[in-house]
Parts: sequence; C-alpha cells; structure tokens
Amino acid sequence: MRRFLRSGHDPARERLKRDLFQFNKTVEHGFPHQPSALGYSPSLRILAIGTRSGAVKLYGAPGVEFMGLHRENNAVVQIYFLPGQCQLVTLLDDNSLHLWSLKVKGGVSELQEDESFTLRGPPGAAPSATQITVVLPHSSSKTLYLGTESGSVFVVQVPGFRTLEDRTISSDTVLQRLPEEARQRRVFEMVEALQEHPRDPSQVLIGYSRGLIVIWDLRGSRVLCHFLSSQQLDSACWQRDGRLIVSCHSDGSYCQWPVNPDTQQLEPLRSCVPYGPFPCKAITKIFWLTTKQGLPFTIFQGGMPRASYGDRHCISVVHNGQQTAFDFTSRVIDFTVLSEVDPAAAFDDPYALVVLAEEELVVLDLRTDGWPPVQPPYLASLHCSAITCSHHVSNIPLKLWERIIAAGSWQNTHFSTMEWPIDGGISLAPTPPQRDLLLTGHEDGTVRFWDASGVCLRLLYKLSTVPVFLTDTDPSEHLNAQGEDEWPPLRKVGSFDPYSDDPRLGIQKIFLCKYSGYLAVAGTAGQVLVLELNDEEAEHVVEQVEADLLQDQEGYRWKGHERLCARPGPVRFEPGFQPFVLVQCQPPAVVTSLALHSEWRLVAFGTSHGFGLFDHQQRRQVFVKCTLHPSDQLALEGPLSRVKSLKKSLRQSFRRMRRSRVPSQKRRPAGSPGEARAALRLAPPPQVPERSCRTERLGLQNMELAPVQRKIEARTAEDSFTGFVRTLYFADTYLRDIKEIQLMHRAPVVGILVLDGHSVPLPEPLEVAHDLSKSPDMQGSHQLLVVSEEQFKAFTLPKVSAKLKLKLTALEGSRVRRVSVAHFSSCRAEDYGEHHLAVLTNLGDIQVVSLPLLKPQVRYGCIRREDVSGIASCVFTKHGQGFYLISPSEFERFSLSTKWLVEPRCLVDSAETKNHSRPRNGSGPEKALGRARNSGSQSDGEEKRPGPVMEHALLNDERVLKEIQSTLEGDRRSYGDWRSQQVAMSQVSRPGVQAVR
Amino acid sequence: MNRSFHKSQTLRFYDCSAVEVKSKFGAEFRRFSLDRQKPGKFEDFYQLVVHTHHIANTEVTIGYADVHGDLLPINNDDNFCKAVSSANPLLRVFIQKREEAEQGLATGSLSRRRKALALREEGPRRRAHLHIGLPHDFRPVSSIIDVDILPETHRRVRLYRHGCQKPLGFYIRDGMSVRVAPQGLEKVPGIFISRMVPGGLAESTGLLAVDDEVLEVNGIEVAGKTLDQVTDMMIANSHNLIVTVKPANQRNNVLRGSRAASGSSGRSSDSTASRHSLQAPAPHSLPADDMESDEEPDVVLEGDLEPRSMPRLPPGSLSRVNGAGPAFGLHGPGRDSRVLRLLSSFPPDIHHSLALPPGGVEEHGPAVTL
Repeated sequence: MRRFLRSGHDPARERLKRDLFQFNKTVEHGFPHQPSALGYSPSLRILAIGTRSGAVKLYGAPGVEFMGLHRENNAVVQIYFLPGQCQLVTLLDDNSLHLWSLKVKGGVSELQEDESFTLRGPPGAAPSATQITVVLPHSSSKTLYLGTESGSVFVVQVPGFRTLEDRTISSDTVLQRLPEEARQRRVFEMVEALQEHPRDPSQVLIGYSRGLIVIWDLRGSRVLCHFLSSQQLDSACWQRDGRLIVSCHSDGSYCQWPVNPDTQQLEPLRSCVPYGPFPCKAITKIFWLTTKQGLPFTIFQGGMPRASYGDRHCISVVHNGQQTAFDFTSRVIDFTVLSEVDPAAAFDDPYALVVLAEEELVVLDLRTDGWPPVQPPYLASLHCSAITCSHHVSNIPLKLWERIIAAGSWQNTHFSTMEWPIDGGISLAPTPPQRDLLLTGHEDGTVRFWDASGVCLRLLYKLSTVPVFLTDTDPSEHLNAQGEDEWPPLRKVGSFDPYSDDPRLGIQKIFLCKYSGYLAVAGTAGQVLVLELNDEEAEHVVEQVEADLLQDQEGYRWKGHERLCARPGPVRFEPGFQPFVLVQCQPPAVVTSLALHSEWRLVAFGTSHGFGLFDHQQRRQVFVKCTLHPSDQLALEGPLSRVKSLKKSLRQSFRRMRRSRVPSQKRRPAGSPGEARAALRLAPPPQVPERSCRTERLGLQNMELAPVQRKIEARTAEDSFTGFVRTLYFADTYLRDIKEIQLMHRAPVVGILVLDGHSVPLPEPLEVAHDLSKSPDMQGSHQLLVVSEEQFKAFTLPKVSAKLKLKLTALEGSRVRRVSVAHFSSCRAEDYGEHHLAVLTNLGDIQVVSLPLLKPQVRYGCIRREDVSGIASCVFTKHGQGFYLISPSEFERFSLSTKWLVEPRCLVDSAETKNHSRPRNGSGPEKALGRARNSGSQSDGEEKRPGPVMEHALLNDERVLKEIQSTLEGDRRSYGDWRSQQVAMSQVSRPGVQAVR
Repeated sequence: MNRSFHKSQTLRFYDCSAVEVKSKFGAEFRRFSLDRQKPGKFEDFYQLVVHTHHIANTEVTIGYADVHGDLLPINNDDNFCKAVSSANPLLRVFIQKREEAEQGLATGSLSRRRKALALREEGPRRRAHLHIGLPHDFRPVSSIIDVDILPETHRRVRLYRHGCQKPLGFYIRDGMSVRVAPQGLEKVPGIFISRMVPGGLAESTGLLAVDDEVLEVNGIEVAGKTLDQVTDMMIANSHNLIVTVKPANQRNNVLRGSRAASGSSGRSSDSTASRHSLQAPAPHSLPADDMESDEEPDVVLEGDLEPRSMPRLPPGSLSRVNGAGPAFGLHGPGRDSRVLRLLSSFPPDIHHSLALPPGGVEEHGPAVTL
C-alpha cells in the first residue's frame, strides 16, 4: 500500500521532546466517589477509605496519600489494619479478602496488594456458611477471626491466608459449651460482633444477631460469660478495662453488661433507648469510651425516632450531660473514634470523631466544648454543590494569596483549632514551587477557591454570588431551623448540600486577574458580575446594567428562564471578593465565554446570542454585537421551549422509572460499565421501561443487528450557523480596522491566541507592568492563532492572511475540546523552555502542538472517550498540568511536563510511628529519593531524575523573585514606533473570529 | 449561443473526401469545405474562419453541432479532427464573440447545469434545449487515482465536491472484515459503506458501492479508528475526499498497466489525477501552500461590525464567482478583469492558492463582501 509522504524524524528534536514532555496522572483530589468502607490504624495514624469501585485510599498527614485498586473492581465492604503493622485487610462484596501492605522502596512507601483469599467451607456447606460478616484482626497480627453468616467464626493465618480449621469456633461448639438454661430456643444466626478483650488477647467477644453475646476463651475453648438480650444485636464493644460490655440493638436501645465470669448476668446493668419512648430505628454501632474526668463518652450511630426522624443520618455523642445528634446530609457509611493508643493508659480519653458519610468526611473535635468540626486538609467535598465550571490560575502573587486566605479565615471561624488528628506518615514531596489557585463554580451560585499548589487540595475561601439576587429562600429560615430546646438535639454538620435554591444562580464562567484582584463571574441566567477584593466588610449598591444582545433583531422570542432579580438597595458583603457591577444579558441565556482585561478595565462576555464589552471603571457598555443566525432555533427560544421540555420531561420520567428499578437488583455493585455504555450509545427505544429487564437486553441485541450508520456529508453554511460565542480573548497587537474571519471549514472556534514577533504568546494583562514577564516583541510581525474544533490556523497580522495550519480532524478524526497555551521547561537544561499548545480532544487524548509551527509533538491517552463529563471538565494550567473530574467529587491531576509534577511522595514506617513521635513541619529524612508513584498512575518504567522541582521552590523567596525581576528588566525592550492598537478579539462558533478595536 | 439544433437537414450532395462546412456568425452564414482525411491544424482552421467572416480582430469561440445536435466546442486539434471526421455530411459551425460567450456562461452557468440535469429526466420533448458548455465549464466529478501503486483489489477514489451541487451522499457503518494473517484468516473490525443516497455524488460516480470496505481516508489508514472518527475525518476532508476502498464487487477491478478507468458518468477526468494525488494531505508537516491548495481559504471581512446575518452575495454573483474561479487557473491570468479585481482583494497567500495546478478544479470560490 502506498505511503503518503511523511516528514523524517529529527533525532535531536526527539531527544528534546523527551526532556520536555512526559505524561503522568499524579494524584486524585477531592472526595472518593461512592465510599463504602472506613478503616483506621491507631498505631500508624492512617485512615483508609474503600469505594464501591474497588479502590482503597489511604490518608495520613497532609500530603501522605496512597491509592490502590482491586483487580476485581468489586465494592470494598470492610477495611481492617493489622494491629501495629503496615498492613491492612480488605473484604470485598464478593466475599474475598485482600492483604495490602505499605512497603518502602527507594525511600518512599508504596501501597501494594500482597495476596487475596476466599474462604472455603466444608464441602456441601451452604454459601452462607462462609459469607463473612465481620473480621477481627487479632492483636498478635498472626491471625484473622472471620465471623460468618452461619454463625461460625473461622480462623485464618496471615500472611499466607491459611485456614486453621482446628481452631474454627462453630456455633455448635459454642452451643455445647453454654450452660443448660441458655441453650434453649436460640438459633445463633450470623456473627454481628467480634471484639478482642482490651487487656487479655485470649478472650474474644462474639455477638450473634439474635441477641446472644458470649466471651470465648481462645486457649481453653470455652465460654467464659454469656449475655442474652431480648432484642436483635447490631454491635457490641468492650469498655477499656474489660469489665463492661456495651451492646446496641435493632430497637434503638443499648445495654451495659458487667463482665463477671463468676456470676451470670440475666439482665443488663442498664438498658436505655436514647430517643424513646416512641419506636426508634436500630443503633448500628456504638463506642463506649472512658475519660479521666470519670463520665464516659457514648457515641452511637442511628437510634432516631422512626416516625419523625427515621430518614436522618445521625451520629449521637453523649457525654457529661451533653447530647448532640450530628445530622449528616448524606448517608453515614461508617465512623470511628480516635482515642488514646497506649494500651497501658487507664482511660480512652477520646479526642476526635471521624465520620465517613457518603459524600464527605467529617472530623469532630471531642476535646473542645461544643464539639466543633475540624477543617480537613484533604478529602475536600468538591461537589458540596455540583461543579459547573473550573478555572485555574498559576503562580499567584503572595499578596493576593494572603488576602484570599485572610478572607477565607473569616469564614472558617466555626472550625476547631485542633491540628489535623490523622497525621501518620511523612510527606517527602518538595514544597510546591509556586502558589496555584483552582477556582470551581457551583450550581448554587458559589465560587470556591482551592489551594492547588500541592498534593492536598485545600479550600481557601468560598464566594457566594447569591446575596446580590433576590431568591425564594428567606435567609432567616435557616436560623430558626435549629431551636435550642428541641429533641432530638440535632445539629447539622458537614458542607455537602446538593440542593440549589435556583438553578439560574449556577456559575458558568470565571475569570480572575491575579495582579489586580479583579474577578469576573458569569452564570446561567446571563448574569455577569465584576468583583474586587476588599479586606473589610462593606455595604454598597451593586450597579446594574442590561446588555441587549439581540439589539434590534426582530421576531425573536425567548422562551427560556427569566433573568434573575437583583436585590435593590445596598447589600452587605463580607470581606473578600465583593461585587460592584452586575451586567445582565438580554435574553438571559447562559454565559458561554468570559474575559477580563484588568489593565483596560474591560470585561467581555458572550452567550449564544452575541457578545458584549463593558467598561467596569466608567460603568458603561462599550460595545454589543449580535451573532445570532435566523436558523438557530435553540438560541432564539432558549433551553426551555415547550417542544423540548415535553421531550425532556418524558425522557426524565423514563429515567426515573428505570432508576427506581435498580435497587431491586441488590448485590450488584455499580453495574457493569460496558452495558451501561452500550445503553447510552444506542438509546434504548421508549417502550423499554414498561417491559422487564430481559426485554431491555433483548432490545439492545436487536439494535446491535442493525448497525449504527453515519452520514457522510459536507457541512453547509447553514448547519454551522450558530451564534454561540465560545471564546473571547483580549490582545494588544496590530490590526487594521475591524476584521472578521470566516473559517470555511465551518467548525466552531475553541481558542484564540496572539504570538508576538518572537512567536511567544502575548503576556497576560498587567503581567509586564508587574515586572513578571518580558514585554512582548512589538517589532516583528504578530501572528493570530485560531483553533477550531478541527483545525489550527495561523494568520499574519495586521493583514490577517493565512500562514499555517494543522488539520487535526482530517488527519486523526479527533476534534479539539480544550486548548490552552502552556510553558514546558526542560528537565535537563535549567533555563530552557518552550511555549506550546496543550490540547484535549473529544477522544480524551491529550496532545501537545508546537508553536509557532503547529506540529504535533506528543499524544497520550488520558480520559476514556466515553467519559463525556470528564472531557468537558478538563482545565489546563500554564505549566503543562491539568485537572479533570473523574467523578462528581474528584479531580484527577495530570502532568504533561517533565518538570512540574505534583504527586504524593511519602513514607510510612511502623517502627517510626509506633513511638507516636508526631512528625511536624515535614523535616523529612534526607535520603536519596528514588522515584515511585503510589497513586496508581500510569507507569512508564522510566526512572526520573530526583527532585528537579526543588530548585523552583526558591521562587517562593521574595528576594530571589526580585533578583529575577531585575534581570528581566535589563532585558526589556523599548516599544518601537509601531502603532500599537488595542484589540479585543472575540469569537463566535459561526465559525469565525471577529476583532474589535 | 442559446440556440436549438435540428437533425432535419437533407443531403444536398455527397462527396467522400470533402466535408461541407456551414459556418454561422450572428445572422451571417459562410460555406466552405475541408478535407475529411486531412483537416489540418485547429490554428489554421481558426484563421480560416475569422478570415471568411471578416472578423480577424475579434476573439471568438467556435463550436459545432455533433450528430446528436449537441453544441460542442472546437478549440484544439483533437476536437477539430473529431468534428470533421464525424460530420455527416455537413459540419455546422457556430461562431460567437468570446465576451458574449462568457457572459452567457456567467449569468447562467450554475442554473443551467441544474436545469440540464432536470431536463435529461424529462425526456425527448425538451431535448432541444439541452446546452453543452465550453470545456472550461466542465469539471471533474470523480476519478480513480494511484492505480499504478495500489494492489489490484483496492481502489482509490477521489470525489470532487466543489462546484457540484450534489450531496456527497453516502453512509458508513462498522463491520467485520476478513484478513489474511500469518496464522490464517482472521476477523478484524472494519468500516464499510452502508448506503448510497440516490442521486448523490457518490452514487453518480459509480465508483463506490454498498459494502465496499473503507481502508483509507486521504492517505490515513482507518484501521483502529472508530466509526465516529472516520466520519469526522471524511467530513473534514469532504471538499476533496480521497477514499481507498476494497470494493465488495471485485470483478470490475482496473487491470494493471491500463491507465485509470473513468467513471460511469463519463465525465471523469483522469489526465492529471495521479499527479494531483501527491498533494493529498500527508500526515503532519506539509508546506503551507500545499495544504492550502486543497481547501477553500477562509474569508476575512472588513469594515464595521454591523449585524450581518447573511454575509453573502446575492445568488447571481455567488455563482459568478463559483463558476469562473477555477477557470482562471486554466486560462492564465488577466483574462477577466472581474476575477482579477476579486482576487486582488485577497491577501497574497490566498491569491496564490487560487492559481491552481491544471485539473485541480476543487476551489470553491469564497463568498466575499467588500
């Protein structure tokens, strides 16, 4: 077969590429999607979270993170650390056990799966005989006791997972050892509780679901004590001295049983239904913890009055006459209490309650009055309200950084001052080389500012745009919700709140100028707010302007939502970003593009109808342009036109029906992804919901027989005429008059960039004024780069004549989804770097396209092509890193750069942590650090040079920064005689580019 | 030029060696004869014609009526010979001033082409109104290219969409293809043509058929690509689509050695096809000009940004541009002041890219508002 001409590979360039580009998925930020299990090692001070997709994530001190993935992709049901070891055991919902360990390799720890095991019963036994319900890792660290549904307790040796059959404690054995009077009627049923005696390793508490609890002597194989409850047992625990057992039950009660082998207890010492007298839900787990002061802590999950509060997810803390039912907004998966580890200590003295809810991790300080929450340094619940957009700003000036943190500290006063209690391991990652901000826009009208400099994504500050508008909810309502004298004493905790008062408040675009502190935020109902940073609380009127994007176009009817109503009169704003101008687009369609030029005090915004330019200093509209085309029905009528909404509501009701069926198919973890995908692509016929699942599958097969066809037809001018403004860009460059480029290949424009005379992208506004960048070269001719979904095109300025192009879609069949300019530094030559385009395609590939020659450099598969929301959420940083959502609550961080990698590097050593020496301030051991990724990233088998990022940490130093600036100043060129014109460029997906002088 | 021709002429006399020529210019007729066996050169014939009509200083175009009554051009030795040899018995020659010929073409070339299609279906009643344009009005529709370098089982088809009002008109689907592998036959996923749109360009060429396996699109192998990727590639290349297929029907394969066959439309031009195919976009890094030549240039509009919902010319002037743009490349510069004026308004790169290689008639003239 004939080969088309291909340019030869230049070996020098290939070598340079290896120094510049490298792809790694480095760390996952945020909260694990669908957590299903919690584990904690008091000796390592490390927390483990298992998920329904089979992931295990370990967290210690900030920066200490590990991730492991079970091959089986089954849900993790339970996690147990082996006492005193760097090892943990996971139980999956397929009844398999997996042993994981943290091994030190080249100075850093790695999490790896050692072995797995499935319990086999005697031949012919029912499957329930070996279905594990509860696991007890014995303090000897040599054996695991496995409680099963049949009531037997199996003993397995670790490592090696050898079943010690002669030591099995079957329910028959226990029955025979019971005194005559207890032996009657009771069937043992499943093992619900398995607890080792806190002082005597030879005694084990075994609790059976029908209410029987026995204390079993492992050495003598006999029952030391037994307790009979009239209620179904849910869980049980020891008091620290082993003299008391506390059991909790399905009727919402808990009982205290004194342990005395000599006298048999027929009745509990005390039985209590904390939220009685009306019927209550079960208490599913209970902790009984002693304190020096005398009065114990009782902490339990559930037990709420069934009728009125049965739907709440509560954990109650009772101590010293105080009782609080912490009310979580999502289901509680599991919880644990951090207390004194030293076995010789007389009291538990609990200091923190750690609760894993379905959507967030909440830690409560038990030592401070009122039990305030502790702000987590990681596991941030990114999706408190659904993320609608994100914006990354690299290298934030220290001043702005401090002001944002100061603004955030006003909002964090309700947090405890306690240091983060889960602090195992040592982070060896170098200090982040610069301060980076990730801004996320949310459905509820808030913008969250995250510290994205390092491994831990930490919330700095939360901005709400809601006070600007009149909404249905009355703010006073929230205050009344918590009356002091109410019973049960509910208290809302956590930040997860997926309910938005008004979908129009949703944030769609964010633009922050890091030099001036101006922020522009735009939303779903065409609202554009310009905000400035104010360190003081202030009350002022937000100036309102309407931008009529339709101008005098006739005959258009907007059937979508109405615009938001601004609150009249002065509004009080807390310290931080305070809005001073509100531009409302008319019609109030979603703002699809936004740009801010803080030097010229301009904000540009675009919707599906047109774009506008607003001078936020003089508070006047500079310019408005309608980009609408008569054939664009959607833009004319808005997203809620009647025809559409009927279709939509039908589709939604089908979805609802289908979803409601899902819980009936229990035991199926997440649904096989392949099937879900097929269903998505083929869009099952509408009759499916009425039929059974079987016909649905049949229907799918029938659809397979008639294969999917794709029409091959050239695009005509008409189908690409939508006035949707996808990108706006300000540039200081040369242009004669106003020009409009119409791309004849008719693909929407996704990016615009101007390169200066040295083919370097123009600096950001104010970057030069702040001496942080060289002035652009204004002598040589500038180039305009227009990136459409299909092609990259370079035009010379000021004539706007075509110069170069790369036809990506024609060559590869992929389309550009996201494009951003990035600076790539060489990992070898310290001061060498190149500017290129980082590109994400609709296939989920990440590519680097060179500047200014537009040649593809490298390509890596990054996101699954089916993961539409992942692809849509991707943002690039200016140094070749990026983020995308792998679930509603998690960002995956990746890096294309050899030099800029932010990934966890940490050491967990059981010997080191055993003596409770708390590592502080990250003064890690200065070992030669080999390289190992421990976050499940793609391994390329290539050894990396250790710590090249370290040098950049110097940039944090203000003195060094000043030096760099002064050298830059010496190199600055004077502006020539060239007439420089200030140009704002905008783009409509018509496709075309328009320039406005 | 918009005239009709009738075959109802009677024979006046019969001479085997001489061909009677009846030449018409305006309302005037001239008669002369030519040697049927040795008609001579076109250049001499042209001189003879202008001389006999006393219009030596005028640029004219010469046409003749063939046996079917269609008006065909005489503008080179070949078609002159053909005209003379096929004269039966009278050769009817029609002479027109070039400007007039151009104008007739300019105002109606597109609409005429469409009408011609429609007329053909209407049957013999309206046959008299069938028009045949001058050669520069013809454009290739499709061609088989690279016959010499492809395996005989494969066919590389080029579809010229520009200037053609027809839709490309085909659909593709996923399927399984059988390949010969070292360990025997194996099934691999492939892309196949699933449907042809009746009346579409793909169907009218006769070079592509349902169940043909698509192997390459503009030189890029489709193996390993998804249906959606291949769709996007084809649409992105739709202005100049080169598809390499393995035809489902292997009986009509072109035999090696013979030059490229023409499509069933009989209008394919293959004289320059294989040369031109070298300019098909190669993967990565072609000089800009090469890449520019296969696609219409983007339009740069100047002036104020008043709302302009349809920045296009009225239909008549649009077709003017579409029709004559390619002709410019064939006939050399300076022929038409309007074209020149149009082109001079373009930046040089675009100007250059319009000067196409012969046969490269794929430029779709851009719509420009000045």
